[in-house]
Amino acid sequence: MSELTTLPDAISRFVRPGHRVALEGFTHLIPFAAGHEIIRQGISDLTLVRMTPDLLYDQMIGSGCARKLVFSWGGNPGIGTLHRFRDAVERGWPRPLEIEEHSHSAMAHAYAAGAAGMPCAVFRGYCGSDLAKVNPNVKFITCPFTGEELASVPAHRPDVSIIHAQKADRAGNVLLEGIVGVQKEAVLAARAAIVTVEEIVDRFEGLGTNAVILPSWTVHAIVAVPGGAHPSYAHGYYGRDNAFYVAWDAISRDRDGFRRWIQEHVMEARPETFQERARAAVATRSA
Amino acid sequence: MTGTTYSAAEMMTVAAARALGNGDICFVGIGLPSAACNLARLTHAPHLTLVYESGTLETKPTVLPLSIGDGELCETALTTVSVPEMFQYWLQGGRISVGFLGGAQIDRFGNLNSTVIGPYDKPNVRLLGSGGVTEIATGCQRIYVVMRHNPRAFVETLAFVTSLGHGVTGRERRAMGLTTEGPVLVVTDLCTMTPDAETKEFEVVSLHPGITREQVRENTGWDVRFADHVVETSAPSAAELEALRDLNARTAKAHGTAATE
Repeated sequence: MSELTTLPDAISRFVRPGHRVALEGFTHLIPFAAGHEIIRQGISDLTLVRMTPDLLYDQMIGSGCARKLVFSWGGNPGIGTLHRFRDAVERGWPRPLEIEEHSHSAMAHAYAAGAAGMPCAVFRGYCGSDLAKVNPNVKFITCPFTGEELASVPAHRPDVSIIHAQKADRAGNVLLEGIVGVQKEAVLAARAAIVTVEEIVDRFEGLGTNAVILPSWTVHAIVAVPGGAHPSYAHGYYGRDNAFYVAWDAISRDRDGFRRWIQEHVMEARPETFQERARAAVATRSA
Repeated sequence: MTGTTYSAAEMMTVAAARALGNGDICFVGIGLPSAACNLARLTHAPHLTLVYESGTLETKPTVLPLSIGDGELCETALTTVSVPEMFQYWLQGGRISVGFLGGAQIDRFGNLNSTVIGPYDKPNVRLLGSGGVTEIATGCQRIYVVMRHNPRAFVETLAFVTSLGHGVTGRERRAMGLTTEGPVLVVTDLCTMTPDAETKEFEVVSLHPGITREQVRENTGWDVRFADHVVETSAPSAAELEALRDLNARTAKAHGTAATE
């Protein structure tokens, strides 16, 4: 049964050094507030899993949280490269970063296999791609029925998955709307799941019968963090803070500038700060 | 139409857009492909179906998305499915007719690199990575590519093959048992190229107005071939230019930044 708690409590109880942790959200509903709490608590040696490591993982990698990254696309969407990620891969700063690189299809299939309790995913993929040569976790198997060669990767089984969603109800069920990415699969694949939400409501109202709902018994901790996906967006609450994504390129370009930003905006901030940030972004957008 | 001026980038986007038709179901890459696909939908192919890997099916954005998962894509879509469903049922299931891609580097057989420049373990430049392209390249019935033409992008040998075109010899697809066609069109800011029917090597079939063979040679890292009959690409029409410029202006206004392309 999910438990309503605070972000510092949820992170310190479930995320331990050395854990394999997935923070998911495909452009939409990225759990920034939770990632910042991991940075604040100084949890390191993590294997970070995520299809699209963008600004959040750039911040976590630059802060030294990660030993390894499992991913399929690492960039600042629409802007370009991730400077902290590249500094770690190319120059080992602030510590060397081991990478396990996949395609999106492989990552999506691996989450689905994890959710299904399978040891591996089987799919039609990696045909003629050098990714299969550099990633020892990409194997090929023969279909026992047709003889077709198919790709296989291990299922994702994170120690902890963390997502951000629109709503939870008092019973601890979670509602996701809009671009839902791989979040349902990431939660079901994990040994423990933390969900931050925009708001907690008495009950969900006016939903269609097929809404994406994670029952309370699939989630361990729920935390209300309004604005917790900023600078990404929460469908129905606030838009994407595109200006911040643009600004990140300059902020993250050099190590000192990055450290100053982390000190001011993460180390000296609290989860409550996110509400103001999302509001400010909305105000700027409509101005 | 005479006297209308346009940029090389506009010519590229217009030429890429013309490749798409009303019957196509197109898996759209972000950036240049997204601009071309939406221009096609706003001009000659209003019934073109666009899908983005964020799970948005039949989306009709009024502005170009900055990311592959902008809210605009979801709000204007017929429906939005999960990312595993997108890759399993829709792409792997063989329901997509065209994949429209960009990339950092391409070779003469249409193989693409978006992973690294230099050795994989000690890269000179770490690029963004595969994203969806590895399976888009083999899962869609055919692939169109749109890229800016320069010698760093059009290279003799790729540092890394992220997604398969026609392989290192031009014959790999058939050898692997693939039934999809692979890359059949490359559009650049200088020309359009299609693969030779036999060798699968891309050759120039049309030059954009004012572009010379020499310019294409200088900007191509391999000894580029020209088709027997190279034609001049039709210049953008007034209607095409107006639609593209309106789209870019709406996009710039919505994002509060200059349009990406």
